[in-house]
Amino acid sequence: MTKPTVAVWKFASCDGCQLTLLDCEDELLDFSAAVSIAYFLEASSAVRPGPYDISLVEGSITTPQDAERIRDIRAQSRKLVTIGACATAGGIQALRNFGDVAEFASVVYASPQYIDTLATSTPISAHVPVDFELRGCPIDRRQLLEVITALLAGRKPAIPDTSVCTECKRRGLTCVMVAHGTPCLGPVTHAGCGALCPAHSRGCYGCFGPMTGANVPALAVQLRACGMSEGALGRVFATFNAAAPGFAEGTRGEPQE
Amino acid sequence: MSHRSRELAVSGLTRVEGEGALRVIVRDGRVERAELRIYEPPRFFEAFLRGRAYTEPPDITSRICGICPVAYQTSACNAIEQVCGAQLDPPLADLRRLLYCGEWISSHALHIYLLHAPDFLGYPDATAFAGDHRAVVERGLELKKTGNAVLELIGGRAIHPVNVRLGGFYSVPARSDLAPLAERLRVALDLALDTVRWAAGFDFPDLELTCDLLALHEPGRYPIERGDVRSASGLFFTPAEFPAHVTEEQVPHSTALHATLNGRRYLAGPLARYSLNSGSLSPVAREAAAEAGLSAQCRNPFRSILVRGVEIVYAVEEALRIIDGYQRPDRPAVEVTPRAGTGHGVSEAPRGLLYHRYELDADGLIRSATIIPPTSQSQAAIEDDLRRLVEANLDRDDASLTALCEQAIRNHDPCISCSAHFLTLTVQRR
Repeated sequence: MTKPTVAVWKFASCDGCQLTLLDCEDELLDFSAAVSIAYFLEASSAVRPGPYDISLVEGSITTPQDAERIRDIRAQSRKLVTIGACATAGGIQALRNFGDVAEFASVVYASPQYIDTLATSTPISAHVPVDFELRGCPIDRRQLLEVITALLAGRKPAIPDTSVCTECKRRGLTCVMVAHGTPCLGPVTHAGCGALCPAHSRGCYGCFGPMTGANVPALAVQLRACGMSEGALGRVFATFNAAAPGFAEGTRGEPQE
Repeated sequence: MSHRSRELAVSGLTRVEGEGALRVIVRDGRVERAELRIYEPPRFFEAFLRGRAYTEPPDITSRICGICPVAYQTSACNAIEQVCGAQLDPPLADLRRLLYCGEWISSHALHIYLLHAPDFLGYPDATAFAGDHRAVVERGLELKKTGNAVLELIGGRAIHPVNVRLGGFYSVPARSDLAPLAERLRVALDLALDTVRWAAGFDFPDLELTCDLLALHEPGRYPIERGDVRSASGLFFTPAEFPAHVTEEQVPHSTALHATLNGRRYLAGPLARYSLNSGSLSPVAREAAAEAGLSAQCRNPFRSILVRGVEIVYAVEEALRIIDGYQRPDRPAVEVTPRAGTGHGVSEAPRGLLYHRYELDADGLIRSATIIPPTSQSQAAIEDDLRRLVEANLDRDDASLTALCEQAIRNHDPCISCSAHFLTLTVQRR
């Protein structure tokens, strides 16, 4: 039997989610022996043509060329998994969706007419069907291994879609919001990090994006009660998952179509 | 040998962080064009930082680069703390340096073992090399893991740490929490020394940098998380004077922002850092450098792999020194109260000097931001390497010359993800 082939692709992003694969130091060598890594530019000069059994996709779509490229990748991939907030929700660069990209370009570039970019940053699922979306900015190493293992075994990944609160309780942490009045997005944020911020006496800042059925208006009441200003409330959801349905409503203004 | 016209091109550079391409055009034995093209789309960080709160840049700008998030967090903190007149308590400043040591260890180990060494050993990647020499690659992975352990303990996680804030941290470890980390670092010190000895046996092509070098400098110690700015040509200035010396401009017929130092090209990064500060290394790191054949300065970019190895030795020792003297700080962070003004922050990212500037209003909202990452500073110097290497090796066939060019780019560990978020680069020269 031939080994399953894995490809890793990058769109607009910081490289952190594909780096997570290289951060699996204990598993990396066995993993690369068990599968055939056919395309992973950050790690290897050996590039093989598709089709691929599993494509891991990092980054969001922000240029017309990338909108084409993701369709080619989808056509060559048996399973396509998005890794991280950029690929799954558009990333922090989706803040342009709430502003004016031409004005943004003029702030960074003296001659913005040379910049070829779309008005929006969109998740991969806005362009092609996606088999699984892994959350996080960045993704969690253990969850990445679980998703790959599950796909290779032909089963559904065991990735809970509950809130960070459930992980916080399981760790036996004291609630930072109830006990200390620290604003925390844990009640509406997708689980996966293991309640990292509360474990460091910090409120969750939502880097895994909205959980299924996130009740943002209800949390907003509690955040105000913690002393959060209206300005801060407008910014707190406008970060790495600003354009994700669930958080976008809390983000300043409405996304442009 | 006559070469009327040759074109070397690589459309997708491998073993670099981010996506770029290279193109060299040779006509009549002269390099007509040498381009390191960056085709990553810009993400406009400087634009959407406007209107954000002064507390947000450490979290937001860390997302520019997954390989060196601590560098972004630290330069951002330095800049904003400067505006607000905040000074870290000495134990908090030590913890910040310890966290940064973790990033140096992890990032340098990644570059040496997974990205750069395969060039010297004739393998397409580290996993193929591991097929023949598993123990060597495992040594690199163990070093990288130790760096990540420092990042995880102090920062909460290795990529985009959650525990960093203006003025310090959200929580600080107890002295006893650091003991197991010290154990691992003592093992890592031997692995780091073995790394330098191993890399010293590589075959290094000839190449000598002719441009100026720019790095931070601190009296008495090797610069990591702060310092003033120094050049090989004798300039010495504060972070606030950075914009007076370093300017960025968009080149005609391209989408490039090019940084120049008083109008000239220059290099930032390990070679610059080492050449300007090797006297401040620890005795063990200095000895490792000397054993590997490095003198007080190193201007051969192929030997940067040795300098990174020496810097891992130093970072491991420095981490051990900080842990040894560690007393839990009385408070996890000093208060940072916003005030109107402009602040400039610098630190030495693994790839070189990273500059941030923020202008705040009286409410602590950001009015404007400028970020100059190391790769955009070194861009012109990297292209100059390509030009001179190709001219000196015209007798090689295209495949071997192209491979040499790719290796020459990897010498500088360019972080295209970082630079591309400010610029899309195409360089054209007559």
